[in-house]
Amino acid sequence: MSSIVKTNALESEAIYIFREVICQFDKPVLLFSGGKDSITLVRLAQKAFFPAKIPFPLLHVDTGHNFPETIEFRDRLVKELGLELIVRNVQDAIDEGKVVEESGKYSSRNSLQTTTLLDAIEEFKFDACIGGARRDEEKARAKERIFSVRDDFGQWDEKNQRPELFDILNGKIENGQNVRVFPISNWTELDVWSYIEQEKIEIPSIYFSHKRKVFLRDGMIWSHSPFVYQEENEEIEERIVRFRTVGDMSCTAAVDSYAATIAEVVGEIRTSTISERGARIDDKRSEAAMEKRKQQGYF
Amino acid sequence: MEVLKIATAGSVDDGKSTLIGRLLYDTQSLTTDKLEAIEKSSKQKGYDYLDFSLATDGLVAEREQGITIDVAHIYFSTAKKSYIIADTPGHVEYTRNMVTGASTSQVSIILIDARKGVIEQTYRHFFINNLLRVKEVIVAVNKMDLVDYSEEVYNKIKEDFQALNAKSTFKEQTVSYIPLSAINGGNVVDKSDNMPWYTGQTVLEHLEALEPEDVDEKGKARFPVQTVIRPKTEEYHDFRGYAGKLYGNNIKVGDAVTVLPSLTESTVTKIHFFDKQFDEASAGSSITIELENDINVTRGDMIVKSAELPKVEKEINTTVCWMDSKKLVPGAKYFVQHNTNRVLAKIESVKNVIATDYSGSTPATQLAINEIGEVNIKLSKAIYFDAYNDNKSNGAFILIDIATNTTAGVGFIKAS
Repeated sequence: MSSIVKTNALESEAIYIFREVICQFDKPVLLFSGGKDSITLVRLAQKAFFPAKIPFPLLHVDTGHNFPETIEFRDRLVKELGLELIVRNVQDAIDEGKVVEESGKYSSRNSLQTTTLLDAIEEFKFDACIGGARRDEEKARAKERIFSVRDDFGQWDEKNQRPELFDILNGKIENGQNVRVFPISNWTELDVWSYIEQEKIEIPSIYFSHKRKVFLRDGMIWSHSPFVYQEENEEIEERIVRFRTVGDMSCTAAVDSYAATIAEVVGEIRTSTISERGARIDDKRSEAAMEKRKQQGYF
Repeated sequence: MEVLKIATAGSVDDGKSTLIGRLLYDTQSLTTDKLEAIEKSSKQKGYDYLDFSLATDGLVAEREQGITIDVAHIYFSTAKKSYIIADTPGHVEYTRNMVTGASTSQVSIILIDARKGVIEQTYRHFFINNLLRVKEVIVAVNKMDLVDYSEEVYNKIKEDFQALNAKSTFKEQTVSYIPLSAINGGNVVDKSDNMPWYTGQTVLEHLEALEPEDVDEKGKARFPVQTVIRPKTEEYHDFRGYAGKLYGNNIKVGDAVTVLPSLTESTVTKIHFFDKQFDEASAGSSITIELENDINVTRGDMIVKSAELPKVEKEINTTVCWMDSKKLVPGAKYFVQHNTNRVLAKIESVKNVIATDYSGSTPATQLAINEIGEVNIKLSKAIYFDAYNDNKSNGAFILIDIATNTTAGVGFIKAS
């Protein structure tokens, strides 16, 4: 019986991008947050280079406010696949006085990650940073290239981007510049979940329904945690929730859910009427919140 | 799931964003929070309808000026397919964006304002779809509500477009016509009650019915090698796999192949996809292949079937679309990136500028931004190519500016 490689256009595209990265750059790194998108990237990188090992390290910019489940998961994955993991801490930048911790009701370390990321790029001379951002997530990201050139300051010049034609990728850069690479640019949230289901990829437990101490604010479910500012009148309650997107605890809201398996999660996403970033507190700051952060070097 | 890539093009006011917004809305792809943002914004602007353009115009500058200035990607899906729309602006100065959007698309939707009919802009959009060989074109005659849903108006536009289509040199292209009213949804997803005289498909029905063979041109199998995989582990001590994406057609285990440029002959012994082996791979798959003998293959080489060799030459006749503010002039040096090969190139001559309104060409010696013309290019090293008209992926290349590294233009190789 004849077997034929079945084309999944999105998967083939991502594998092709990974292979271009290692040939066009000297020092690539995969930005790993422990979220489902970066976990999917790791699987795609495995596929791109099999039976060789993934030929670049993972970099985690740790805000110190991560869900503990994510960190445990990260360490296990790295060990199982024999990968190199580099961790750089936002706390260090705070201690050195490079950045100032936000205060008040909506304080978060999310935007502080940029400085730590740019420092790490300089420290290791990374010329390509591979990330799991998707164009469907947010409207500024819809304009993002697959190879997105950043200057010495990590800035994104959105009005002066290189055109990308067919699948020809131009990774030529000058010294000091670096490129952000987005292999799953064209995937939607549902594509990622369907892929996780199809490939039986393991993900952190917080993506599935669990009992958690939370409080309500602005119609969103916030985690009760020492890292999350809470007013006295904001009452703690226990709810059955899960997370659709996993960032720092201070900027990720939970959703009410009984979805306990990948199949149930996929079913829930299919019928959901709220977008994924609707649960990202950091995007609610203004209509142009993401575009502004990207110009400054945010992922 | 099957993925279908669509390019949309239209002038500033012919309702392109509204059409896309309507596709998202009627396929329940707009989530409540996005929809609420649109409702709020529309209300603030005093509109009595939902301004769907807000769902697509992503950058601050675009929202301020109410125009689209770059290619934006929009996603929606049905139970049958995942759709990716490359939404490109319709300004004449943005030819480069239209070419970019069309280069990655299988279907193109050209919007026409029913009140204005076929205009110069329509010519330009269609010309680019011809040049890039986008196989399926949907001519969407929009704003039918503003011409009293007149069949006469629609037929006149259809006639005018058919006259334009007669000038096309890409005869395999399928052109379909749909009258619609994007603002109230007529014939976008659901049939319009106001145009009983139109019995054809709606835009979504048409897209859903398209099969891969309707939108993809088959050619000869081409396998540009991206990288050589050598794990050097105990288990895979002698493993040497050639990794790349297959274009044009299938490749099978047992195929007699030739490696370019060395012209070494060999046989495909294994086709890998991740940890599994297969007998065959279809075009579009990112695979790793092993060959019978241990030969020297590196990035930039190309593996083809021995009976189907491409051309190997150091001088190419091309049609170039220029995308850089610095003009393309004879004598200038650029990198040509063709598949996984990047070679130094010199512009030998610029022959002409081709009008994008089908009015012919005028002799010229240089190309300015957004101009298209015939250009002769000399390469420092031979490349292995097909004419773009015979094998799309192996006939297209980009020109990279040596000083700024920017992608300055795109070229399509002609049949000498």
